[in-house]
Amino acid sequence: MVSIMDIATLAFASAGVAFFVAGTLGLLRFPDVHSRLHALTKADNLGLGLIVIGLMLQAGSLWLALKLGLVWLLAILAAATVSQLIARAALTGRPHTLSRSDP
Amino acid sequence: MTSAILFTLCGIALAGIGAFGLVAHAHLLRRILALNIIGSGVFLVFGGLGYRLPQSGADPVPQAMVITGIVVALAATALAVTLAVRLFEETGRTSLPGEGSADEHAAD
Amino acid sequence: MTPALILDLLLCVLIGAVALSAVLARDLLAGIVLFIVYGLLAAVAWVRLDAIDVALAEAAIGAGLTGILLVGAAARLRRRGEGKNVEPTRGMRRAFGRAGQLALCAGGTAALIALALTLPRDGAGLRPLAEQNLAASGISNPVTAVLLNFRGYDTLLEVVVLLAAVIGVWSLTPDRFWGGVPGLRQHARPDGVLAYFGRLLPAVGFLVAVHLLWAGADAPGGAFQAGTVLAAVWLLAAMAGLTDAPAVSSRRLRLLLVLGPAFFLLVGSMGAFAGVFLGYPPSVSTASILAIEVLLAISIAAMLSLLVLGVPRRLP
Repeated sequence: MVSIMDIATLAFASAGVAFFVAGTLGLLRFPDVHSRLHALTKADNLGLGLIVIGLMLQAGSLWLALKLGLVWLLAILAAATVSQLIARAALTGRPHTLSRSDP
Repeated sequence: MTSAILFTLCGIALAGIGAFGLVAHAHLLRRILALNIIGSGVFLVFGGLGYRLPQSGADPVPQAMVITGIVVALAATALAVTLAVRLFEETGRTSLPGEGSADEHAAD
Repeated sequence: MTPALILDLLLCVLIGAVALSAVLARDLLAGIVLFIVYGLLAAVAWVRLDAIDVALAEAAIGAGLTGILLVGAAARLRRRGEGKNVEPTRGMRRAFGRAGQLALCAGGTAALIALALTLPRDGAGLRPLAEQNLAASGISNPVTAVLLNFRGYDTLLEVVVLLAAVIGVWSLTPDRFWGGVPGLRQHARPDGVLAYFGRLLPAVGFLVAVHLLWAGADAPGGAFQAGTVLAAVWLLAAMAGLTDAPAVSSRRLRLLLVLGPAFFLLVGSMGAFAGVFLGYPPSVSTASILAIEVLLAISIAAMLSLLVLGVPRRLP
């Protein structure tokens, strides 16, 4: 018999997958870079977060659950940084001014 | 049809895709990319063959060999990419002499 | 058809589709990005094959570092109109034509698949042998034990190959920059997100690397994965302009590069005096393997960073 934890995991993971689908749809269908980035943040923050919460319920120990949370934090940190860089590059049209390279 | 055999077949298919990419392109970076896909496919074949009896656990020796292979593949890719970049900087070519289209040397 | 098998089948189809898209992509950069995605999916495949160490290595080295290398090179090779498919004009193309190439590759693949299906369906392999000797090796992660103890030769030579690749890359330096600093000097806005990220992540990355190294003795992890994480965060700090690479002629850099392999060789030679090259007496086995792993991780981090940075492009 499926336990209550398994049902909760299933619910959270399904909700996370729904956000990923929405984000992917936005990535494929939106017309320009900024709106696509906007759609992707839903996938990264909410979608990944819900899946991680679902997986935390399955983790055996608190330590493992915290490690999963760290994975989520690093993912959203990286996604936020990269989104800002991409958005600024798309705005100015000059990607190489973000990080100037001297010869 | 077990998981192990499935991944072995997938690895072979990947090697085939990579081989096609290797012969069908002249651009050096695309060829290096295709070579990496071939290598990755071969590693999957190794992994699949090492997993044939899952109840006794995966065989660690092919896994160790694959880790070695991944690192060596990176080393070779780095050298190949550096060669391609230096070739471009010295001659303006992105493919080897004799391959590539006729307007390879056209100044942009 | 168990659910696990259906999952694996879907995963394999996805991997094949992404690899095909990477090879056939119109734009080179799109192809490289698809290759990175393919690398991550291959890491998932490795997890399904119960090979977590390999999954870590594939994600970090196969997808991450190779992706950075290719993106950097594609940026350097960019010209107006570049990146489109340039068809070969001689060789295989002239001999067979596009359809012929496709038929040849598909035929070879089909033959190998038919051959693979005739292989015996079960084989315990070398696992029982490895497990018997695990207690004597001092390490409880069988993959690490194989890498650094049972097949230590392979790992020693692998690190030497990495070093040879670094020397090979350095040998391609333009004459005027000989002995100079690899890569260009990067500048980022000092109050921007890249600089912030470049300050935050190396601290976390260092902890993750230490954890991977230490846990590699009994759980998936190891020197190569830890070294790659160190190299990645160092490269990030360099990209954010927070640190700069040393000149390739610097003695300290060269010392750092040979530290790992030299120590490995030293321990192996001490084993040779006892009779077995690269053999460890069981009492000091764990300690010596861990010491080798630490120094190896540092050297590997330096080697991988230098491979990604490439050829010296300015004088010190």
